[in-house]
Amino acid sequence: MSPVTIKEKEHHKFLISNSDFEVRSLDAVCLNESELKHPWWYNFKYLIAGVFFGIILVKAEVISWFRIQEMFRLQSFHMYGVIGSAVAVGVLSVWLIRKFNIKTIYGEPIEFVTRKLNKGNIIGGLLFGFGWAITGACPGPLFAQVGTGATATVVTLFSAIAGTWFYGRFRDRLPH
Amino acid sequence: MLDFLRQPWPWYVAGPLIGLMVPVLLLIGNKSFGISSSLRHICAACLPARIPFFRYDWKNEVWNLFLVAGILFGGLVAAQWLSGPQPVQVNEKLVTELSGYGITNYQGLVPADLFTWSSLLTAKGLILMVGGGFLVGFGTRYAGGCTSGHSIMGLSTLQLPSLVATICFMTGGFIVANWVLPFILKL
Repeated sequence: MSPVTIKEKEHHKFLISNSDFEVRSLDAVCLNESELKHPWWYNFKYLIAGVFFGIILVKAEVISWFRIQEMFRLQSFHMYGVIGSAVAVGVLSVWLIRKFNIKTIYGEPIEFVTRKLNKGNIIGGLLFGFGWAITGACPGPLFAQVGTGATATVVTLFSAIAGTWFYGRFRDRLPH
Repeated sequence: MLDFLRQPWPWYVAGPLIGLMVPVLLLIGNKSFGISSSLRHICAACLPARIPFFRYDWKNEVWNLFLVAGILFGGLVAAQWLSGPQPVQVNEKLVTELSGYGITNYQGLVPADLFTWSSLLTAKGLILMVGGGFLVGFGTRYAGGCTSGHSIMGLSTLQLPSLVATICFMTGGFIVANWVLPFILKL
């Protein structure tokens, strides 16, 4: 048993106070120093990953409004198959990374962050579900839809940015 | 090969490929897979307006903006060079239901009968695009993640909040698709 140091406690507090699952740099202590030293063009690897992801989203018709309607009416297995097998591969790869303590290509240990359940997961989750059924798109597909040339979806994307802004603006008045 | 790529990809090809985004992002840069936070970074970069939620150094998260730029470009590549001739094949029951609302064009992945610039001037188009988009942006950030951040990355790391959020995404979608959307589409 290792004693819990003050630093670890503070670290833990940081992890919990950042309710955003996706914004890691806000987990101040987790900030990866070596990553910051990389020149900006190292980010192009994420652009390439994004291109592949965008192609998959389009070719699997995951960004199709019709497919989403089918999913929510239980009329097709397609979307459940996509999401289910994606999660299965994700679980397996995270398990392998943990089990064999696999490092990043730069030799850094891979970090996983755990978060606490809050009311936002439920209320925000339902609100997003409403929007998902209406637009037939979650945020990833929104970008892909614009790319496929359905230019009017730019409006949906901008509205989503506005929604995020309004959440930020009124965040302290919302139950969490 | 190209002909094969041009067909719609079955779930057992696309799903595992999407799942591979998790280890790929972890291995190439210790990043958690998640898309919706890009919307937050765009706010932080363009209109922080002294709101605490947007006062952070978004440049530390610029990788995420590269990722979504890639997704947009990937959509373009797939539509330009990898698209097949056949429209989306959906369940007959859905076709029957949607034809009742005048939705008959299955050529695009986004229905050309609903999501167009001209339909923005109608109540239906306004609700679908502006209202729906707002809910997506507001809801995902309130939930702390989206389908990728919670349902894929969060579930992959076996996190309870992500399971709860995913169940709520699906519940919300079921409610609106079956009992609310029909009224909007009738407008």
